[in-house]
Amino acid sequence: MDSYKLQVLHISKSFPGVLALDDISLNAQKGSVLVLCGENGAGKSTLMKIINGVYQPDKGEILIDGKKVHVRSPVHARKFGISMIFQELNDVPEMTVEESLFCGRLPTKAGRVDWKTVRRRTVELLERENLPYSPTMRMKDLSVSDIQMLEILKAISIDASIIIMDEPTSAIAQREVDRLFSKIAELKARGTCIIYISHKMDEIFRIADDIAILRDGKVVESRPRNELDIDKVISLMVGRKLESNFPKRKVELGEEALRVEKLTAPGVFKEISFSVRAGEIVGFAGLMGAGRTEVMRAIFGLDRFVSGDISVRGKHVRISSVKDSKAAKIAMLSEDRRRYGLISVRSVRENVSLSNLRQFIYRGRLHGSKEMKFVSDICARLNVKTPSLSTAVEALSGGNQQKVVLGKWMLSEPDVLIMDEPTRGIDVGAKYEIYKLMGDLAAEKRALIMVSSELPELIGMCDRIYVMCKGEISGELARDEFTQEAIMRLAMGFEKLTREAS
Amino acid sequence: MSGIGKARITWSSISRSYGIYIALFAMIILSSVINPNFFSAENISNVTRQISVTTILAFGETILIICGLLDLSCGSVLALAGLLSVISYKATGSMAVAFAVAIGVALFCNYLNAMMVALLNAPAFIATLAMQTMARGCALLLTKGQDVYQIGNYTKVGQGSIGFIPIPLLFLVGLFLATWYILNNTRFGRALYAVGGNQEAAKASGINVRGTKVTAFMVNGLFVGIAGVLFMSRVNAGLPNGAINYEFQGLTSSIIGGTSFTGGVGTAGGTVVGSFIVGFLNNILNLANVNSYLQQIVRGAIIALAVIYDIWTKNRRTRSLVRGMAAK
Repeated sequence: MDSYKLQVLHISKSFPGVLALDDISLNAQKGSVLVLCGENGAGKSTLMKIINGVYQPDKGEILIDGKKVHVRSPVHARKFGISMIFQELNDVPEMTVEESLFCGRLPTKAGRVDWKTVRRRTVELLERENLPYSPTMRMKDLSVSDIQMLEILKAISIDASIIIMDEPTSAIAQREVDRLFSKIAELKARGTCIIYISHKMDEIFRIADDIAILRDGKVVESRPRNELDIDKVISLMVGRKLESNFPKRKVELGEEALRVEKLTAPGVFKEISFSVRAGEIVGFAGLMGAGRTEVMRAIFGLDRFVSGDISVRGKHVRISSVKDSKAAKIAMLSEDRRRYGLISVRSVRENVSLSNLRQFIYRGRLHGSKEMKFVSDICARLNVKTPSLSTAVEALSGGNQQKVVLGKWMLSEPDVLIMDEPTRGIDVGAKYEIYKLMGDLAAEKRALIMVSSELPELIGMCDRIYVMCKGEISGELARDEFTQEAIMRLAMGFEKLTREAS
Repeated sequence: MSGIGKARITWSSISRSYGIYIALFAMIILSSVINPNFFSAENISNVTRQISVTTILAFGETILIICGLLDLSCGSVLALAGLLSVISYKATGSMAVAFAVAIGVALFCNYLNAMMVALLNAPAFIATLAMQTMARGCALLLTKGQDVYQIGNYTKVGQGSIGFIPIPLLFLVGLFLATWYILNNTRFGRALYAVGGNQEAAKASGINVRGTKVTAFMVNGLFVGIAGVLFMSRVNAGLPNGAINYEFQGLTSSIIGGTSFTGGVGTAGGTVVGSFIVGFLNNILNLANVNSYLQQIVRGAIIALAVIYDIWTKNRRTRSLVRGMAAK
């Protein structure tokens, strides 16, 4: 077994409240590409960060060339020939190509930076790898793909024998993907071991030698590519059992509450059309970066869109700010409640009443007792657990903070309520309460949109699901068509791919 | 714990909410012991006159800091507004005109501040720093650097009394009530806290962020204009070089009074108390004949302590929150 370049043995890692990795073992060979795939939150990134020394494992060990190593930090990882290319490239816009290549390890002579050597080695590297950049170009003038190439160059320049790439194609165009893949083939021929994280089926099968599938922090399968096919990989990725305890209520659907037609913001989303009826819960599924949040933010007036129409209850509305969407009785619960939902240092009372103060104002004066009554009614209905209404919301648990944001929007009596990842980062009990509340709100003939990355909750709560992929709606599923596999295929653009091919 | 409970009263919660009031009270007692003259009606009324101008500036700063802004120009704008007010009083003999001119000039300067900040997205620090230099330049240019004397009855506002109450104290109380009302009883007040606490969330809640910032500067302008008249009438002249560094005295009072520089936190009551702490401190140091250079060191040290205390309580709160969550 000592022919493996990199071996990961029985690694476990937990964060407060979550077991991120559970007894993971993987092997990667010299001169080959190991693809890691799995849903959001399956543990791919955590595992890579452990190999790269960002995190330390709780249990288990890492072997390089059959020898046990202890990687203390990303800088330390370079010593073992490990290099990682992150999904979000961290470049300093004002840096030049040569500065960036030697960043953190500039050669010095008598305490001063030896720029001559830097220049000479940069030119050598660029020529050897056949890259058309000048050493003095600034990073801000390069494209994402160029910067990626430089990152690879950086890895080569430190003689990396193991290169980890975290979803490298998520931000680059097709032509550039080809360039990346031919570079990967070159590296492979030189004997570099590449670990490639992705959930795009077409590319996985194009470049993988071996495929490992992660789910809920475990390796569920690890095999050579030719022993697997796309359907098998998808079902392994999602193969979670559906929990059946969703408090879904049967609601008679009313008229159309919201209609969106051909909403477009170039480069973000394209020709998005959908509708929601009163009393209906409509889900939006998709991978991270598919554009779901962006569409919702545009409908809510937080971001701009270039063309398209929005109608509420059959009436066309113009939305360019939150003021407009509030007037149209649209409300939105943001995916990032700390950033967009809460004024953390202020009280529960102020947070709940913030967007509805107008109803407590008499002749310019804020009517405190009326405000208190409404806020405490809402908090009681939502079962917000707080020492008092004047407690700062930063002191509450995640679930209760989410209820405060929800309370804020319930106070405005919306006809259309958009909920972006409403149960992210909250405990099971609070999740269930939010599901129950969603059922109640639907029963009150409100239209609900639920954006979620957790397929079980979408399947459990929704009447219909739209699936988005790369900024477009790739499919719509009715309740009897809901399966995790069907959603996943649409989300990965696989369904569309075959349709176009045939 | 289920549902909404009563807030527990603990020592830490008391010291957090009322620490500043306790500090003022302790200071009054201590000062009275050190110097029996301290607690005389004459001395207290004297201190009140001394701090009235900077306290009014501190109210403006408090409103701005709560909203995540600040004003470094108020000292200079005060001088420009006050100077023009004195000149127009000498021309017309009308106190109403004098007030209108002072307030108008200060509003105009703060409108420019607001435009730079809210429309052009300049940081308030830079924008108001620029205004500080420009307003001072205008004041000096206007009189070629000369002071304006013989201002007649203009001085009555700053030096006179109604009964035994000094007129500046009446302004101080009036503007305190105005600030308190704005912060506690208006939609604009809530918007100030929201924008300063989390601008993104405020925007996503439908708050007009830009409008809130502009209004905050305009209220500040009103206060600075009034302070301009009080200042010039107290010093009995139009001084283009007057009120230098007053913006920092205003900021000091506001911060000692518990206004958090990170935004979203602060009260009118805290600011008044902060201002009295600074005023009494200067007064007792003078009464005790402390070297004036040493006084500066003491004042600086007190600001540092106030800020350290603010950060310390915040950290302790965060730590206990983390511990509380870990325990669950």
